[in-house]
Amino acid sequence: MISLLWLVPALPLVSALVLVLFGSRLSRGAVAAFGVGSIGLSALITILAALSFFSAPPAGNSYTQVLWTWIDVAGFKPEISFYLDALSLVMVLVVTFVGFLIHLYSAEFMVEDEGYSRFFAYMNLFVASMITLLLGNNLLLLYLGWEGVGLCSYLLIGFWYREPVNGLAARKAFIVTRVGDTAMSLGLFLLFTQLGTLQIQDLMQRASQQWQSGSIYALVAALLLLGGAVGKSAQLPLQVWLPDAMAGPTPTSALIHAATMVTAGVYLIARTHVLFALAPAAQLAVAIVGAGTLLLAGFSALTQHDIKRVLAYSTVSQIGYMFLALGVGAWQAAIFHFMAHAFFKALLFLGAGVVIDAQHDEHSIFRMGGLRKELPITFWTFLIGGCSLAGLPFTAGFFAKDLIIWAALSAEGGQPGFWIAGIIGALLTSLYTFRLIFRVFFGPSNTPVTKRPGYAMTVPLLLLAALSIVGGNIKEPFLAFLHPSLPATIESASAFLTEVQSEATAATVFLIGLYCAYLFHLQKGTLADALVVNPVGRTLHQWWFSGWGFDWIYDKAFVQPFIRAAEINKSDFVDAFYTGVARWAELFYRGLSQTETGRVRWYAMGMAAGSVVFIAMVLFL
Amino acid sequence: MLVRRDLIVVLMSLEVMLNAAGLAFVVAGARWHQADGQVVFLFILAMAAAEVAVGLALVMQIYRRFKSLDVDALSEMRG
Amino acid sequence: MELAFYIAGVVAVISTFLMLTRLNVVHALLYLIVSLLAVAVVFYTLGAPFVAALEVIVYAGAIMVLFVFVVMMLNLGKQGVEMEKQWLTPGIWTGPVLLAGILIIEVLYLVRVGTASLPTGAVEPKEVGIALFGPYLIGVELASMLLLAGLVGAYHLGFRKDEKQEIQHGRDTYERRATASGNSVLARTDRLARTP
Repeated sequence: MISLLWLVPALPLVSALVLVLFGSRLSRGAVAAFGVGSIGLSALITILAALSFFSAPPAGNSYTQVLWTWIDVAGFKPEISFYLDALSLVMVLVVTFVGFLIHLYSAEFMVEDEGYSRFFAYMNLFVASMITLLLGNNLLLLYLGWEGVGLCSYLLIGFWYREPVNGLAARKAFIVTRVGDTAMSLGLFLLFTQLGTLQIQDLMQRASQQWQSGSIYALVAALLLLGGAVGKSAQLPLQVWLPDAMAGPTPTSALIHAATMVTAGVYLIARTHVLFALAPAAQLAVAIVGAGTLLLAGFSALTQHDIKRVLAYSTVSQIGYMFLALGVGAWQAAIFHFMAHAFFKALLFLGAGVVIDAQHDEHSIFRMGGLRKELPITFWTFLIGGCSLAGLPFTAGFFAKDLIIWAALSAEGGQPGFWIAGIIGALLTSLYTFRLIFRVFFGPSNTPVTKRPGYAMTVPLLLLAALSIVGGNIKEPFLAFLHPSLPATIESASAFLTEVQSEATAATVFLIGLYCAYLFHLQKGTLADALVVNPVGRTLHQWWFSGWGFDWIYDKAFVQPFIRAAEINKSDFVDAFYTGVARWAELFYRGLSQTETGRVRWYAMGMAAGSVVFIAMVLFL
Repeated sequence: MLVRRDLIVVLMSLEVMLNAAGLAFVVAGARWHQADGQVVFLFILAMAAAEVAVGLALVMQIYRRFKSLDVDALSEMRG
Repeated sequence: MELAFYIAGVVAVISTFLMLTRLNVVHALLYLIVSLLAVAVVFYTLGAPFVAALEVIVYAGAIMVLFVFVVMMLNLGKQGVEMEKQWLTPGIWTGPVLLAGILIIEVLYLVRVGTASLPTGAVEPKEVGIALFGPYLIGVELASMLLLAGLVGAYHLGFRKDEKQEIQHGRDTYERRATASGNSVLARTDRLARTP
């Protein structure tokens, strides 16, 4: 069963091809069958492979399936081969299963759209690329998947391409992630030239043999890979594209920008953890990036009024938690949080999709309200997802986040500062989550409900809600399962709190956030307005609303100078070469057409002169 | 032929040139004692006859249309 | 014999030169005929009597006669002389004279450099005839086809539109008398008759 591993990326790829070629001729049902069915089959095969992996673990706790040799030149021999170990198994399971639920949801959500087959083609291509990324045995194949998901992200963000805004958002996403991709490819070049291979396991072995801890090569390579991860996962300083990426359809936001693509960076760092362990400075950088991002995004999420943008900033913040975990050496905690986050964030996005649909495409939470009675299933599932996100005790999110917050203090790379950042982040998470829930589902109804979801949309919601609750209970076996792939977190002795105390603090913070949100947004709505009217409050509000001004900074620092330089260079000398050729030809034409006078005597003169010249040449040369 | 603008004179100059070429051929044939020179002259003669016939018919048409025999007036094919 | 050659040669050159400079077209024609006759004499002195005869009969006889016919038909007269006087400015001669001068220099050079040997003996017409019926047979056939083409072309080009109109007019009147149709036919013929 495990030898069918290659089908897992192949099925969505084939489905994408079929939909691209024949999609416009198939009926809605057929398209949905291809789109959803392929992912469903992939999920099934993954589950079966996982079962066989559990029951009879292969040698070395990893299974490699080589398909064929991709390139073979001068000793560089990457193959198309898939590597299944605990880490990639967990991630592929989550991607295919959550992906299947999201595809099922979007079969109904997108049913009225005229680009139905195009949507499923892109989504399937995305899943195929993501799985290639996760299963790739060498960094080149991983990079192929990396680029593939970047492409599909662009295509899906700009799905409704007739609106220029969507195209701009898609371009912004692509260009910003491109910056990260360039850093990553430079890192790949460095790794290859120094260590001679890109095959991940060999790479890690050679790195640990040849480079000592703190080696400059390891540091530079790790920082470059971090650059790539930062771009793809929308962390500081490249986080600007994710909020604008909400211009795409909601299932896209759920799949790509919540559960899967943005976690590609986390996967990359987890896979190459040996490299980061060899470069403590880089690892510290990862932790700082994570901590900074989670605070920045948390404050920004507090001020947003588009429901999807709140969730987008929330995603950025939660991935910040994952980066923080990676940075302090809590590798398994990061993956655990990834799994929990995939469940509840996808759930939240899908619920938001239902809400937006029901409110007649209204996105602003200040114009919603009272949906508790109208959309009961959506309300309860959304509430569960939100609680899991905020860290209600004994939900999946609680276990995951507290593990990270505890590790931020207790792990070898941990600092009290990280712990404080984690706690503040949890407070902010609770605040903005319940602000969102109270505004949308409680209070008076501002916009009437026009559409209710059908079964294809509610079943995924229910399943994800169930997973959000119970998913955390497998913490101990889960961490043990990941042990062969990722080292356990090394605890240092100098923590000033115990684990239970840390968890208690987190729970308290959750309650504080809940109460404040209740106060501001449910009981006395005017209190929130008063805060905003206050001049200090207003400045802060605007600053956080615009994502701490990063868009403005990038515009002034990069975009405007580039545009100005392009305008100055509009007629550069290279152009002169091409226009020069054209002008020269035109000159020749004009000159030659002068000789075409139409007069016989002129032509005769030409012939006579020519023959004289020829005779002279024959005689004298 | 390059100097005169009268169409008839142009054609006459053409005849002169053909004649001169034929003369050269005959002289060459006589120099090397072969009949080829005279044979070629015969062909040139036949060709000149045909050309004169067609050319003069054209002259008539041109005179009828342009009312003059100026060679320079016939420059409608200029580019 | 050689004297005849040189005299005929001089006559040919002079008469050609005079032909080029005459203002009256008919005068130029007559000088051309003289030139052709002189060349015929040159041919005879070179030992090609057949060709000389051909020159006189065909070239001076047929082709020049054609020229004379056309010139007479066009009937330019006094105004022709005036036109020529206008056109023939002295400045016009410079270019051609230059080119011709270069050619003459080249010819003289060739004469100096080349192997000088006078032509000896004549080529019999019999030999020419055998050559024509032998290796040059195809040429003969092609020449006859060329003459046919020239004939047809000349006929077609010389066809005057008035003649066409006369025939058309005759046909139309016949139609009119035969069918007694009416004004449309008359109108058509009237329009045809009015076009120049």
